[in-house]
Amino acid sequence: MKSTFPLFPDSASTLSGHVDALFIVWSLVSLFFTILIAGLIVVLMSRYRRRHPEEVGADERAALWLEVLWSAVPLAIMLAMFAWGTKVFFELYRPPADAVEYTAIGKQWMWKVQHPEGQSEINALHIPVGQPVKIKLASEDVIHSFYIPAFRVKQDAVPGRYTSLWFNPTKPGVYHLFCAEYCGTEHSRMIGSVIVMEPRDYETWMAGGTPGKSMVASGSDLFTSLACATCHRPSPGVTQRGPSLEGVFGSQVKLADGRAVTADDNYVRESILNPLAKVVAGYDPVMPTFQGQVSEEQLTQLIAYVRSLGPTGAAPAGGTGGTPAAGTPAASGVTNPSSAEKDATSPLNTAGQTQGAAQKPPQK
Amino acid sequence: MASSPLVDRHGHDVHGGHSGRRHPAHQFDTMEQQKESSTLGMWLFLVTEIMFFGGLFVAYLVYRTMYPAAFAAASSTLNVPLGALNTAVLICSSLTMALAIRSAQVNSRKGAVLFLLLTMLLGSTFLVVKGFEYADKFREHHVPGATFNFALENAHATAVTQAADPDFQRHAQIFFSLYFIMTGIHATHMIIGLGILAVLVFYTRRGKFDSEYYNPLEMTGLYWHFVDIVWIFLFPLLYLLGAHLHG
Amino acid sequence: MDTTVARSPILPTPETSFERPNYLNAEYGWKSWLFTLDHKRIALLYLLSVTVFFGLGGTFAGLIRLELLTPEGDLMGPDTYNRVFTMHGIIMVFFFLIPAIPAVLGNFLVPLMIGAKDLAMPRLNLASWYVYNLGGLFTLWAIVNGGVDTGWTFYTPFSTTYSNTYVVPTALGIFITGFSTIFTALNFIVTIHRMRAPGLNWFRLPLFIWSTYATSLIIMLGTPVIAITILLVGAERLLGLGIFNPKLGGDPVLFEHLFWFYSHPAVYIMILPAMGVISELIGHFARKKVFGYRVVAFASVAIAVLGFLVWGHHLFVAGESIYSATVFSVLSMLVAVPSAVKVFNWTATLYEGSISFQTPMLYALGFIGLFTIGGLTGVMVATLGIDPHVHDTYFIVAHFHYVMVGGTIMAYLGGIHYWWPKMTGRLYPGFLSKLSALLVFVGFNLTFFPQFILGYMGMPRRYWSYPPEFQVLNVLSTAGATVLAVGYTLPLCYFAWSIKYGKRSGDNPWGANSLEWDTPSPPPTENFYTTPVVTHGPYEYTREDVHNRTTQEANFG
Repeated sequence: MKSTFPLFPDSASTLSGHVDALFIVWSLVSLFFTILIAGLIVVLMSRYRRRHPEEVGADERAALWLEVLWSAVPLAIMLAMFAWGTKVFFELYRPPADAVEYTAIGKQWMWKVQHPEGQSEINALHIPVGQPVKIKLASEDVIHSFYIPAFRVKQDAVPGRYTSLWFNPTKPGVYHLFCAEYCGTEHSRMIGSVIVMEPRDYETWMAGGTPGKSMVASGSDLFTSLACATCHRPSPGVTQRGPSLEGVFGSQVKLADGRAVTADDNYVRESILNPLAKVVAGYDPVMPTFQGQVSEEQLTQLIAYVRSLGPTGAAPAGGTGGTPAAGTPAASGVTNPSSAEKDATSPLNTAGQTQGAAQKPPQK
Repeated sequence: MASSPLVDRHGHDVHGGHSGRRHPAHQFDTMEQQKESSTLGMWLFLVTEIMFFGGLFVAYLVYRTMYPAAFAAASSTLNVPLGALNTAVLICSSLTMALAIRSAQVNSRKGAVLFLLLTMLLGSTFLVVKGFEYADKFREHHVPGATFNFALENAHATAVTQAADPDFQRHAQIFFSLYFIMTGIHATHMIIGLGILAVLVFYTRRGKFDSEYYNPLEMTGLYWHFVDIVWIFLFPLLYLLGAHLHG
Repeated sequence: MDTTVARSPILPTPETSFERPNYLNAEYGWKSWLFTLDHKRIALLYLLSVTVFFGLGGTFAGLIRLELLTPEGDLMGPDTYNRVFTMHGIIMVFFFLIPAIPAVLGNFLVPLMIGAKDLAMPRLNLASWYVYNLGGLFTLWAIVNGGVDTGWTFYTPFSTTYSNTYVVPTALGIFITGFSTIFTALNFIVTIHRMRAPGLNWFRLPLFIWSTYATSLIIMLGTPVIAITILLVGAERLLGLGIFNPKLGGDPVLFEHLFWFYSHPAVYIMILPAMGVISELIGHFARKKVFGYRVVAFASVAIAVLGFLVWGHHLFVAGESIYSATVFSVLSMLVAVPSAVKVFNWTATLYEGSISFQTPMLYALGFIGLFTIGGLTGVMVATLGIDPHVHDTYFIVAHFHYVMVGGTIMAYLGGIHYWWPKMTGRLYPGFLSKLSALLVFVGFNLTFFPQFILGYMGMPRRYWSYPPEFQVLNVLSTAGATVLAVGYTLPLCYFAWSIKYGKRSGDNPWGANSLEWDTPSPPPTENFYTTPVVTHGPYEYTREDVHNRTTQEANFG
């Protein structure tokens, strides 16, 4: 697929052509103006070269109309390109509702990619062609950046928050995956491959490879080993100390202070790490924090498990395809404004936020 | 230096001696030009100082918005009476500074020296009080870093804060980082100001300034007033956040 | 072609004018240089310092290009490479590009161009040179001890928590040097406001002064912000604070905002003085008033103001909301308009001009072409749809090198070539200087144009090793760098040579009619024997004027 001396990257996603069109038009416009200016310079240099040592130039002739013209025309061109570019940008950062969600965690110096079905890969991502994919990004240490040139997408993985990108691959093949934010010694080795396969081949790969436990199954195991069930599952003869989680994910939860919040990814995460931030109405604030006891991966598994208990996205553990994110406003990504604030909420930041309030001013 | 005579636009020999009228520095034509230049220069410098402190205020604004409960809790452990005292001290020092300039304007050398010394005294008082406050913080383990250990004495305040921000102890460290950096840089500016004032006292006693020439006093006054104004902003932002948590 | 010597019968001959007392022979000895208050001598002191740093930064660039000849890292390990590109960036940005034109050409020319005896604050001027070197010393100390590997952008938490290199001394060096630029800018603003000669109102000022003024405004407002940001990074590193560390509640993106709030206007600090030089070169080598003088003057101020509103375009994929990204994108387009207007105005100046092809003009014309490409690619990356793909790739590297090297450095060299006779009273070899200009132009394009292609193909920045399909373009780029290196080394040699052996230039070898040329070359210490009175604007040429002024053969330089 790669020639020995390529000059243009592969175009392998639904949006790569849009980006290329923008780029090519801009390149042509730039070429035009460069040739115009360079050509004018050459012509004028030759025509008005000094022919006598004491020759001087003509008197100045002001021409306001000319100034206006060559201010207005570039401005108009730029605004047109701005409008078009913004449209493409919004397409690049608004994933479709049926995008399957993967997770990629950057850490010095590798990418740990987690499939919703349970497979995890290091520095590689196998995906079927034609299926929109959304990648939720996190970092365990410094800022990294997840970059797939062939799809024309890139997004920084910032420690302390979630970010995301999405794409829909159109061509089977093997494409570069790069870390694109300098992160230390092996930054240039933090690279991998995105392998896009025909759906049949993808199924084969899925079956043949080590499927591991699905996210949901792993989450279920954690739920037991961390003794969550002690409070969140009924036991005979004991008053249940924590709210049941069946049917909770995606619904509105009434809190002790009167607020109502949506139980999405971030809510579950916050409840595990800072349980006293949002106490459910009718329950005491007794849940201990699991900060420091669960890793990023375990958090995503627990979230997947809780989600599987919810009314939306109830999918059998180990099934194919991810749980559809229908109904949950937490389409995590920095694009949708309301979810942007939720998503960008630092997992460590719990100070009395209300849903939807912008808590991260830098992330405006 | 070139031997050719250097004259200004009024025909005066600019390289004249120090007898009689004052002469502007060699690059200037008149004393008026020199005064205007140094005044403009000092105002421009103060603009850079605004931008310098501005960066800190932005950081403060961002984190205050993110962690209001932790910031309030941390702020409540600062000593408001001492802070208020310091505010009054600084305002008085700006008064004495202005009076020093006034003394020069009316040719009162003794008055100028007196008020400059008073300004220095008040400024030093500010720094001493600050020193006590820092010592308190050190004792209470509120200095960020390895020894940091933040706890509120007031149980009610603790409960309220904990409910709002379970992580408030860690976030309080950010408050204290900003507190020490902002007040520390402010104090550094004050120390530099004291140094300049000392130099001014020295020259004033030697009769360098009078009603015709007192520009360096005015420029120092501008600087001193600016440092004062920065404190006027720092005090409420740092000290008064946690008022509702007291008692 | 008429090769009549254009030499004035009125002015002294080059030989006799050189023997008169001037600022160079007024005093001898190292003390007269190190304790000088003369802005012209301070400018030369700066020339020495920035040239040393340019050589150092250039050496690091050479090492980068050598390493990138092959896809695998073989010349040095990844840690070393990371330090090399970091030091290249830090030295070039903070110790060369920002100070060079203001501190060398600005210091020398501002008083001369406005008819003053010196800057408003000569002692502050000398202090700024010492502060610059003090900051440089800290950075050099850090380099000698192994350098820094954070990238010149110091992103947190890598720079505050994870890097094991000398971040604090380097940060301190940059912090200190920042004061040097602030002092210089303060001096310029006060001088331009208060010390203009009689009759010199704002719209009779040379455009170099307008640019210097606009640059100084940016410096005053922006530099303190990087100062405090760097201070916070150092404090966090030394004291373990958590201001930018997410594990302690801090926010790494806050650092990016604070950093770029200065560092974007910083690039206008780098380009505005360069544009000022170009206005002078175009006006004087076409012997015609720069077209649309007022528009160009106001464009400089517009760039300075708008430049403060666009920093968010460095954070399009950093976690910024798509709505603020939109605002920053459109503002970034807006700031390109005054720059485009300047390019058109310079080109229009050539129309009906009388254009000479002496070396300074070659640099100026090269600037216009290369800056156009650099600026247009800038607008391309400001376009939101394109930036996610090219951010942090070699496309960006190519873009900023086009404007900073193809722009600023070309203008700097053009300015040095133009004002060299003013500063030293000497000429340099014409053929060699034109050859160097050509080598710089060709070498530069060969080095950086392939990087546009590399970037769009997806090669990220700051990569020590890369996939093999990127090699051919990298080899081309390194070849170009070799040519460029020769192009930069030649002037070093012939300028040094010319100080002792160069032909005497006389007071006005170009026949230029701006105030700095109305006084001998080299000028006397006090600049003017009598305070000039200005009655007209710059670039207004008449034949008789030229005849009376020129002190040199027609076809030199």
